[in-house]
Amino acid sequence: MNELFLRKVRVQDVVFGNRTEISDHVLRINQEELVRYLLEDRRLHSVEIKLARPGEKKRIIPVKDVLEPRAKLDGTLTTFPGFFGSAEPVGTGITYALDGVAVVTCGKLVNFQEGLIDMSGPGAEFSLFSKKLSVILIMEPKENLGKHEHEEAVRVAGIKAASYLGLTGTVTPCDEEIRFPVETFIELENSHQDLPKVIYVDMVIAQGLLHDNYIYGMNAQGSLPVILSPTELMDGAVVSGNCAAPCHKNTTYHQQNNPIAEDLLAEHGKTLCFLGVIAMPVRTALLDKERTCTQVLKLAKFLGAQGAIVSEDGGGNPEADLMMLARLFEKEGIKTVLVTDEYAGRDGASQGLADVTPEADAIVTNGNGNQYVILPPMEETVGHLEAIDVITGGHTGSLRSDGWIEMEIAGIMGSTVEVGSENLKTIAV
Amino acid sequence: MKPVKVVHYLNQFFGQIGGEEKAGIHPQLKTGPIGVGQLIKKESSDRFEVLQTIICGDNYAAEHLDEVSSLVSKWVEEIQPDVFLAGPAFAAGRYGMACSVMCKTVQQKLGIPSLTAMHSSNPGVDAARKEIYIIETGDSTLDMKRVIPKMVGLAQKILDKVPIGMPQEEGYFPRGLRINVRAEKRGSKRAVEMLLKKLRGEPFETELPLPQFDKVVPAPPVTNLAEAVIALVTEGGIVPKGNPDRIEAHNASKYCKYFIGNKNDLTGEEYQTAHGGYDPVYANDDPDRVLPLDAARLLEKEGVFAKLYDYYYMTVGNVTAVASAARYGREIGELLLREGVQGVILTST
Repeated sequence: MNELFLRKVRVQDVVFGNRTEISDHVLRINQEELVRYLLEDRRLHSVEIKLARPGEKKRIIPVKDVLEPRAKLDGTLTTFPGFFGSAEPVGTGITYALDGVAVVTCGKLVNFQEGLIDMSGPGAEFSLFSKKLSVILIMEPKENLGKHEHEEAVRVAGIKAASYLGLTGTVTPCDEEIRFPVETFIELENSHQDLPKVIYVDMVIAQGLLHDNYIYGMNAQGSLPVILSPTELMDGAVVSGNCAAPCHKNTTYHQQNNPIAEDLLAEHGKTLCFLGVIAMPVRTALLDKERTCTQVLKLAKFLGAQGAIVSEDGGGNPEADLMMLARLFEKEGIKTVLVTDEYAGRDGASQGLADVTPEADAIVTNGNGNQYVILPPMEETVGHLEAIDVITGGHTGSLRSDGWIEMEIAGIMGSTVEVGSENLKTIAV
Repeated sequence: MKPVKVVHYLNQFFGQIGGEEKAGIHPQLKTGPIGVGQLIKKESSDRFEVLQTIICGDNYAAEHLDEVSSLVSKWVEEIQPDVFLAGPAFAAGRYGMACSVMCKTVQQKLGIPSLTAMHSSNPGVDAARKEIYIIETGDSTLDMKRVIPKMVGLAQKILDKVPIGMPQEEGYFPRGLRINVRAEKRGSKRAVEMLLKKLRGEPFETELPLPQFDKVVPAPPVTNLAEAVIALVTEGGIVPKGNPDRIEAHNASKYCKYFIGNKNDLTGEEYQTAHGGYDPVYANDDPDRVLPLDAARLLEKEGVFAKLYDYYYMTVGNVTAVASAARYGREIGELLLREGVQGVILTST
């Protein structure tokens, strides 16, 4: 049987230093070396690295993506496969993760779809990223660089930094090693015969216009649904290039630490048999939606799934896919739970989903993204504070003259994330 | 403690003017508490002082909701109370509707906290549950003693600006507002647990109940139209001039049946619309625009179908509760079948 050993190196502080290394749970970063490495990409005009720690009075904005530093010990395999070096299948062998660290890509990009992370105060309660030691890359593009190339440059820089920092883990004693079996379907079939077989459908937006995810380095736009082992997610097989609403775009970090995969793995062999993950591209046109949804059903039936969890990515039109899958699955007797969030209006009075179906009788909601919050000023802004007036969740006048911010939590990174990493939910009153 | 100034809305019955025979009385303003108003004073340990009581007949209010609500808000604006209370209306539909609309209007127009109370079957609940707090009552006045302290307590909390508890704690109808709370477990864990329950056939509770839209299967086509009796039915509110059966402009409490066996055309002299949800000018000018009798007679003459049924059924489909509308449809359908009708032209606005 194949297996993945996930070795976690706990990091308790991050500082700049002469060498990039970890000692005594402190990550030291050679700033110049990292900047030089990232500036090898000629599309970038400048890269500035800033640090932010939980509890500090710092506000990071506008944030594009968040990644956890991870690296493979094995020579040929790489995390975030298909971007550099090998695109060989990952999910086995030994992976090191810098537990407690987040690489945060920042800088003006689309501007509407980037988010905010507060390191303290009431805004910090909405995001797990507020509890991470943040290594922030503020990147400005060369003049006249197109939006798509700009997005790619920023995405690639995030991957480079996360891999670079992850490598320090491979020469550091780890604090925890978790073993994940990677079973073949024959092994799954033979060893868990009495348990219900469950599939996890991980929707990934693939809609162009900077709303794209990458599977093994390939834009998911051109892909049919693909079966992955949950350990492949851990190794960065799915990378976000997604500039959708900050509250509910699944970042690369959320995919590396996908909690649905984690919680299904925790039950695997006990109460259920976890067959694996289907990464499902979500397109805009109805024909594409029908094609991907029926392909997902085909794979699920082929694998003998009896139950399914489906998580959404983004909001609005992906709800048509969500409901279509619920209809297809339930009709075939595959018991289905949908994981989503809502845009129910500031007062919570609106119907929060763009599509519904009677078969969708089991839904987990990760909250109403329209909740209005007022956030106090911070001592330092990392990035560009004025972006608050244009990002999703913000509005003209969000930045008040007294320095406070008024906004919807839709603008806070991962606040209603639809893979269920947080514990926000809604109730009707 | 500062006394709380109250304006209280009652119907003719609770206003101690009379029963159904007085249901047509116009709104009137009386000084001091009446009936239930005394109880409000007592249950608040004399803190709530009903300055004025507004009384209006159930029928008058139902037929003139807009007029009555603007008059009531004008009076309330002059009196400037701390709170506006209406009812309780229990299961009385016209009264409940009036209570809800008055509270909603006063609160929205004047910003004065307003609340009422009624039974879950009362159409007034859906008319305003999103905008105001409506305390849930039993279906009769037997529940009065339990309900008044609830109304007083909730009004007090709103005035004191203390956090309002959950619907079941405070006794109000859930307003359908989805608010964010923290769960014990993260979303992914809740999803796995929900799936396990669903797989085992155990009861589970979705976190997001979806609106269920009823799918009505269309009836099969009329097989031989040339021999069929066809009826006209509308929710567009067409009634004989003067609205003899007093069907309501909003949330109709009934449907009506009128003879058209001797008519070939509907004119503005003889018919009108009673529907309060659209610009009535064109329907009043030529009611055939909503109930196409003239065109139906033409088809009858041409032999497209055998006969136009001698009566038409009508109601007003304007914010009419879905449950009522479904009942009217079912009953009208059964009556038409019994009366030998094979097909219906159903017009909507």
